[in-house]
Amino acid sequence: MISFTQGRFVKMRWMAAVLLVLSMVVMAGCGGNSASTNKQSANTAKIGVPAYLSGAGAAYGEAIRQGLELAQSEINAKGKIKIELIFEDTKGQKNEAINAVNKLINKDNVVAIIGPTLSGEMFAAGPIASQAGVVIMGTSTTAEGITEVGDYVFRNALPESLAIPNTVKKATAKYNLKKVAVMYSNNNDWAVSGYKTFMQSLKQNGVEVLTVETFADKDTDFSAQLTKIASLNPDAVMVSSLYQEASLILKKARELGIKVPFVGNNGFNSPQLMKIAGAAAEGAIVSSPWYPGKDDAKVQAFIKAYQAKYNKAPDQFAAQSYDALYIMVNALEKAGSTTDRKKLRDNLAQIKGFQGVTGKFAFDEKRNPAMEATVLIVKNGQFTELK
Amino acid sequence: MFWQQVVNGLTLGSTYALIALGYTLIFGVLGIVNMAHGEVFMFGAFVGLLLVTTFQLNIFVAILGAMIVGCLLGVILEQAALRPLRRRSVSHLAPLISTIGVSIFLESLALRIFGPQAQAFPASVAGQLLSIGPLKISSVQILILAVSFGLMLILRFWLQKTRIGKSLRATAENIETANLLGVNTNKIIVMTVALASGLGAVAGVLVGLAFNAVEPTMGVTMGFKGLAVLIMGGLGNVTGAMFGGIILGIAEVFSVAYGSSSYRDAVAFGIIIIILLWRPQGLFGAQKGGH
Repeated sequence: MISFTQGRFVKMRWMAAVLLVLSMVVMAGCGGNSASTNKQSANTAKIGVPAYLSGAGAAYGEAIRQGLELAQSEINAKGKIKIELIFEDTKGQKNEAINAVNKLINKDNVVAIIGPTLSGEMFAAGPIASQAGVVIMGTSTTAEGITEVGDYVFRNALPESLAIPNTVKKATAKYNLKKVAVMYSNNNDWAVSGYKTFMQSLKQNGVEVLTVETFADKDTDFSAQLTKIASLNPDAVMVSSLYQEASLILKKARELGIKVPFVGNNGFNSPQLMKIAGAAAEGAIVSSPWYPGKDDAKVQAFIKAYQAKYNKAPDQFAAQSYDALYIMVNALEKAGSTTDRKKLRDNLAQIKGFQGVTGKFAFDEKRNPAMEATVLIVKNGQFTELK
Repeated sequence: MFWQQVVNGLTLGSTYALIALGYTLIFGVLGIVNMAHGEVFMFGAFVGLLLVTTFQLNIFVAILGAMIVGCLLGVILEQAALRPLRRRSVSHLAPLISTIGVSIFLESLALRIFGPQAQAFPASVAGQLLSIGPLKISSVQILILAVSFGLMLILRFWLQKTRIGKSLRATAENIETANLLGVNTNKIIVMTVALASGLGAVAGVLVGLAFNAVEPTMGVTMGFKGLAVLIMGGLGNVTGAMFGGIILGIAEVFSVAYGSSSYRDAVAFGIIIIILLWRPQGLFGAQKGGH
């Protein structure tokens, strides 16, 4: 069977090549949004955005992209500094994030990078940008130790080491939690970090952990874990995962008759949670720096502009990326250059007292944000403040 | 809790079995692992979803529609990726690679058409929960169990008793001899691939109904589980695919229930390794010269 003539071999290779080219064309079509023919001028700053635009967490990437594009159109309309955004799809994968960052730095010659979306991607791509001396700022990278991977790594995402203890403390007091179950995705760096923070703050609050159950990103069947949890009768369930798995967990849990509150990490912070889980999302609790019900002119104006442009309500990821671009522009203006990467870094580190839609913002000495979070609970399909 | 976990294991296992059935049919006849099967499965799920949501059709009509589209995809797959290579009698690895090509193509196409978001069937279709004593079974779980066991029995009968089934087995035995005996092997092969793909598409709809997450990459993990079942049950063996699927499902669920969920896949695949050490040809596989 293995013997074939030279001619046949060539034809077979040709066929394989055609197939390969065909599939590449389609794939390229999916990510083909980075080409830009804007004319380069002296006051145009090129900013690269590696984001999770396709795959199970694509709603995060889409929100980030929309938040950035809204801020971009506002900033460009003012005309002082023009922003050119170059998007790259990382598909939520580390190797794709590394490729995207390398391309943005070396080929597109960007002055700074906003992204990538997942903490795991940042752990992989952050050191590369830092070594090249390019600012890389995460808007959704909440795991512990993100900014420790390099001096050029920033984030305006509220670290989970602040958010989770906040949520756990409030939920424990409110629902008088004594014993809980914990679930987390064990193949996602950020979810594992969230799980560790959960365990720590549960211990501090004197709450007993009945069982720890794991699953993997992209799993769809959680019946075995949840049947086990149901038999243990916990007062609440803590979940560290992305919205996709979290919503399916909520759905299955309610089906199996688990009616207790579910306390989540940052993955819960998406309207997708309510969209996928429907009524099952009621009673989900999470901390967020973004609270759309805030009585603040800036917040309400942002919601209105976002609604008008995209015909949907902004989520936390859109709000944080919207703020991120303004923070970046603020630093660019102070630096007085749209190409000097080192000056941008030094001025960015100095940002203090910035007023964004996610509240008052400053970088601490470790380039983490100093900001406040509100504890939210899903009620009637909406995030409302947990009081 | 024990019986509830048995139900969970049976449901999960029968979805694995449904997917493995498609692999095993094609392997049995052509000796090829069809790497595009997982993506046909995903396409079936999307077609079913589309028929239910956009066209407001009954779920059974949607399953039928998905099956028809799956069969068509199977015919195209056979014509585009398998037949040209068979005519040239190239290495067995060539169709493996060409089906990988088809799988990448289908996944990207789905990404383009349906978008990256995971979508769910409307709650009205997904069926209600039945309580039998302490057990909770959803009607979808019962449907999955019934469809997979039903299909297995029909397939077995069809392969053993009918004329086409006999031609199919003759083709599986030896294509050239079957040809000499007057079997139109090309027709039989197209039919096999179409049938397997149709089954895959039905499995897609059922899994989409049960787990509420239809998205372009759903075929990848499920495809690998199906492959594992194919090997465990015995290559090309219908009964083996069925029981292999159930064993894998039960093993996964019970390692979560009575062990630690982190070791779920390690336990499940550990069992497969032990079975293969004991019976290298798979649980129900016959010992023969191989392809």
